[in-house]
Amino acid sequence: MSKVRVLVGTRKGAFILTSDGKREKWEVSGPHFAGWEMYHLKGSPADPNRIYASQTSGWFGQIIQSSNDGGKTWEMPGGESMPAPDSPPKGHSNKFVYDVSPETGKPLTTHQWYDGTQHPWEFKRVWHLEPSLTDPDTVYAVVEDAALFRSTDGARTWHELSGLRGHGTGPKWQPGAGGMCLHTIVLDPTNPKRIYIAISAAGAFRSEDGGESWKPINQGLRSQYIPDPKAEVGHCVHRIAMHRTRPNVLFMQKHWDVMRSDNAGDSWQEVSGNLPTDFGFVIDVHAHEPETIYVVPIKSDSEHFPPDGKLRVYRSRKGGNEWEELTKGLPQKDCYVNVLRDAMAVDSLDKCGVYFGTTGGQVYASADAGDTWAPIVHDLPAVLSVEVQTLK
Amino acid sequence: MIRVELPQHLRTLAQVGREVQLDVAGQITQRSVLDALEARYPMLQGTIRDHVTQQRRPFLRFFACEEDLSHESPDAPLPEAVASGKEPFLIIGAIAGG
Repeated sequence: MSKVRVLVGTRKGAFILTSDGKREKWEVSGPHFAGWEMYHLKGSPADPNRIYASQTSGWFGQIIQSSNDGGKTWEMPGGESMPAPDSPPKGHSNKFVYDVSPETGKPLTTHQWYDGTQHPWEFKRVWHLEPSLTDPDTVYAVVEDAALFRSTDGARTWHELSGLRGHGTGPKWQPGAGGMCLHTIVLDPTNPKRIYIAISAAGAFRSEDGGESWKPINQGLRSQYIPDPKAEVGHCVHRIAMHRTRPNVLFMQKHWDVMRSDNAGDSWQEVSGNLPTDFGFVIDVHAHEPETIYVVPIKSDSEHFPPDGKLRVYRSRKGGNEWEELTKGLPQKDCYVNVLRDAMAVDSLDKCGVYFGTTGGQVYASADAGDTWAPIVHDLPAVLSVEVQTLK
Repeated sequence: MIRVELPQHLRTLAQVGREVQLDVAGQITQRSVLDALEARYPMLQGTIRDHVTQQRRPFLRFFACEEDLSHESPDAPLPEAVASGKEPFLIIGAIAGG
């Protein structure tokens, strides 16, 4: 029988929630890495027992962990065990170093600071780890300050794909409220050379050559909070989602506006329709219905909690514009949590399961595509990320 | 033998207790002590000093003998009591939250 494994990153550790295919009874494992901010955990599609985790701290910096047994045991993949006497130390799996100009040896570029002045790139943390669809040892790390790194040796060493920062618009990128983070990466399952990424606040970008070169894909986005609302870059994209069978169709939750593109990001149209607010962070696509999408509308600016104290998921079965509210099992009174951008995921069981985590420490699951919801857990630390693995 | 006290998060990361003891060759400075610490416990690389600049991470401070040594040169000799092993070299997380 199929199983489901939900990987939850929180402000104070990681948790692994497992259930059989009925998704009624759950086992909770954790906290793993107690006390550390666990920004993201994700399993390899090619080897589900290989899981990568981003462990971070404002005090002690970035650590990468990996597991080869589905999260039962963990190791730092650089081999950071006690070295034998006289052996060279390793310890490079947490080393993220930005490329410099090969000609001058100086930083590739600067970016815009909050006040509009130019500011040097400074590595803060890994927001999201995206394992390759085909190779368990290849994994992408998207980081703050915005940059893309790749490892091809199981996260032992990392190398920047600096064509992104170096392609020319870097000096126009600026930090959003969460810092200048590259937070979203989407790999095209039909074309290994095509990668999408999104940055707050720069916008969306596409590569057609495996990450070597990049093109901004923000035509159609409008952002009133930047001097030119239709600028080529500068948009605060919160999340992009794609269905694996429709790689040219992208859905976006922007700082304001829910958008879709039917041409791989070359142009975007707003599909916010009848949402109570078109601000939010998460967006995801049903595992078997490419036009069924989910968002969690959030009140803004600044409040960042559900409108009217009611936690509601909205589902569109038409790829946007027409939305229905999903409330059964969700708190409809006095609820003031947020759902952060990496905190929604779907499983691929026959009746698609949908999951999301809140800053109040709840992880909600729906085993019927959103019709009804129940909390798997309700007292975790603030949830930063949720990923789901469907296991045979 | 040089004694180094670690903050809680780094103890769990390195799987050690509050204090570790290190053999340090040559002059006893912040740099030589931290080099020896990272060589013995490579998982601590990048957690105390930046990988590239080798500067102290901003939310960490160094103390010994009731003195704040955070802003001393990394190559300045540490107090004799640290060099002799009488007193530990303290690595402390800033009080701001945690």
